Amino acid sequence: MTSTKKDPVLVVLQLSGGNDGLNTIIPYTNPLYNDNRPAVRVPDDQVLQINDTIGFNPAMAPMKRLYDEGKLAIIQGIGYPSPSRSHFRSMDIWHTCEPEKVGDEGWLGRTISELDPTKENVLTGVNFGRGLPRAMAAPGVPVASVGNLESYGVLTGIEIEEQRAKALDVFSRVYSPMIGQGPVLDYFAHTGLDALKGADILSTAPESYSSTIEYGADSVAQYMRNIAQVHLANLGTRVMYTTAPYNSFDTHAGELANHTKLWSETSNAVADFYDDLKEHNASDNVVLLVFTEFGRRVHDNGSGTDHGAAGVAFVIGDAVKGGLYGEYPSLEANKLNEGDLAFNNDFRGLYATLLEKWMGLDSKPIINGSFEQMAYL
Amino acid sequence: MADKEIALMAHLMRRAGFGATFGELEARAANGYEATVDELLDPEGQPELERDLMMRYQPQWVSQAGLEGQQEEWTYRMINTKRPLEEKIALFWHQIFVTGHAKCEYPKQQTIEFDMFRRDGLGKFDNLLQGLAKDPAMVFYLDNCMSHKDAINENWGRELLELFSMGVGMDGQINYTEDDVKECARAFTGWTVTNSIPRYPYGKYEAKFIYDSGDHDFGEKTFLGETGNWNGEDIINIVAKQPGTARFISRHLYNFFVADEPQVPAWQDTAPGDPEMIKSLEDEYFRTGYDIRSMLRVLFNSDAFKNARFTKVKSPTETVVGTMRLVGDFSIPKPGMNAMALNIRYMGQDLMNPPTVEGWHTGREWIDSGTLVERINFTADAVGNTGHPGIQAIIRRLGSQGPTITPEQLVDGCLDMLGAYELADVTRNEMLSLARSEGEIRTGTKEFEDRVGQMLQSIVATTEYLFA
Repeated sequence: MTSTKKDPVLVVLQLSGGNDGLNTIIPYTNPLYNDNRPAVRVPDDQVLQINDTIGFNPAMAPMKRLYDEGKLAIIQGIGYPSPSRSHFRSMDIWHTCEPEKVGDEGWLGRTISELDPTKENVLTGVNFGRGLPRAMAAPGVPVASVGNLESYGVLTGIEIEEQRAKALDVFSRVYSPMIGQGPVLDYFAHTGLDALKGADILSTAPESYSSTIEYGADSVAQYMRNIAQVHLANLGTRVMYTTAPYNSFDTHAGELANHTKLWSETSNAVADFYDDLKEHNASDNVVLLVFTEFGRRVHDNGSGTDHGAAGVAFVIGDAVKGGLYGEYPSLEANKLNEGDLAFNNDFRGLYATLLEKWMGLDSKPIINGSFEQMAYL
Repeated sequence: MADKEIALMAHLMRRAGFGATFGELEARAANGYEATVDELLDPEGQPELERDLMMRYQPQWVSQAGLEGQQEEWTYRMINTKRPLEEKIALFWHQIFVTGHAKCEYPKQQTIEFDMFRRDGLGKFDNLLQGLAKDPAMVFYLDNCMSHKDAINENWGRELLELFSMGVGMDGQINYTEDDVKECARAFTGWTVTNSIPRYPYGKYEAKFIYDSGDHDFGEKTFLGETGNWNGEDIINIVAKQPGTARFISRHLYNFFVADEPQVPAWQDTAPGDPEMIKSLEDEYFRTGYDIRSMLRVLFNSDAFKNARFTKVKSPTETVVGTMRLVGDFSIPKPGMNAMALNIRYMGQDLMNPPTVEGWHTGREWIDSGTLVERINFTADAVGNTGHPGIQAIIRRLGSQGPTITPEQLVDGCLDMLGAYELADVTRNEMLSLARSEGEIRTGTKEFEDRVGQMLQSIVATTEYLFA
């Protein structure tokens, strides 16, 4: 870890739908890969080799470059016991760290609460996208949720600027007097004024930003750009989150074409984000986690792949010790879990590492227990 | 100021339905309060929505729709139904008898469940519970299909008691023991569903409830102090007659229709906010043989209800549906339903996909800095669109008062049109300053339309408007 006085920042990119780990980090020399993927296989001569057994999907050259620079850790065989093949349930488990019962507090919501217990900064946690992911939700923790940074704010539908300014002025003047008018109104007043304040501050981020990096037009790239803008604006934001479009990685059909496009966009967005921060000398205090709710079935279905279990995650940043972590799960039939890869790395260990070694927090209360940390930080 | 009858009717329609336009409120007020209560409680007296129309515009609603398709369909029904309480009671039961898309083999199974809520939701509570125990979505969601005579799974047995009927306790006492949970689960062994047919190549089929007597534990059971060879039906009969059940259902009705209560897990040790009202609902429950419709008649006609205006925070569903009814958008199932209906999710209530088996935390917990911005912006955009037929009607109505109107007429008129809302003095004064800030208010002009839209936008952004 580089020595720095800057506060560590954690960025999370969620790949919704269940990314096919086998076609992401590909065991291209394993005959069982060929046997199990008669239709949905990346030809071995196209794989971007990491070593003589595995390599990146050919659409992932920008991330391969980060790997070669030693900035990218590949967390193999990641998952949890008794895997759920339901998108919602499995994503909930990743969000709440509650594989047994259904939980409603997110691990990052708790993280934000630990980082800023007195709620001094309404922008300690910012989500990019519509609707707050459960990972970021915890009672009483303010989190801004930004659909579009350029137009984020209260009453943004009012197009005439003068009119909107007037409406916002009225807004703040009718919310302020509700402070102290009983617990519910007091809470609403603070929430409304926090939202207004957060929006005011956030709206300054794009204005002060300039960069030579040209991000893609897809939503992941645009949100990664927004995250860079907010980070570079020095607003004290410590946790940022965004998600790939809902279930986009759910490649039941037409996987080869879809998956190539998804990784081409995602991989470019990730590398552009890193390069953007680098260009501004602001990459040393940021770590990016890229995860998905599960991997996919080992055997293809003729056109795509169905829901599976263990998958692959990535951690990227200057502070990260690039390389391979965990074991590549066995493809041997007798080692599979109902046709799916078995995990050997608990995702809560991945979180514990980020929380303890990067954010400097006690991870136990956040992830509900002690889990073995990894060496990537 | 709207007269008292209109204000009361606006309150009734917000609570028993999803709000109404001012024109509808006037017509209903002329008809009388009790007559309106009777009409609401008799949904079958009103026409159903035209299924043909829905199918023509949105064929996916009746086929293999996923979560969002099912959400669109329900949102459309809530906006356009002539039987508002039928949809409202379905929402009420969905918020209690939770099933989730995350654990549903076939999305349409939940819509089938909601049809049961519509059909039986105002009837006898024991009948509704019998239906729920045999509802394939519920049997699968709470694992009763995994409960066998030699290996019980307690999930359904526990939640039936804890979340669906009597709650863990009342007046500081517990309502049942862990042994009761086990005996309850034993009685429901063999209550299962048909195997789901593999999805490919023909798509999914709905599951059916079946009773597998070979997997039922016929042994003697002691449940809540009564011993016998109980089967599931017997358990529900015992559950329905418990004082704890009368209390729990009464409190839920109060919390949903009258005023926000503490969150459900606190009910064992927290007395009801209005013990008299709860007592009268409990009495009606027993007097009528557990009849929900009769309880609601008592509730809607009570002074406690009539005096409870603006004591509840609107849910995301009530916010989105109420806004669409007000502005008159999506009165046909036109394209764009998905983008509109998703706002309910953005505001924190992903219908058919609740966060936990406890459903959603309600009241003030609907609001956080993310959901508040979603709520205000969605509502303000809708009421600020002067092209919407509902907003046009408001403009015509306010404009009909003369060639010019006073700032008071503009502010109070807008409040009336939104459903006889009331503002704190300090808020109303700000609105009056806003109304005065652009000079004389001349009706019949484009500028007038904009000023009405602007006033409506500022009002719906207030804390007062968060309440129903």
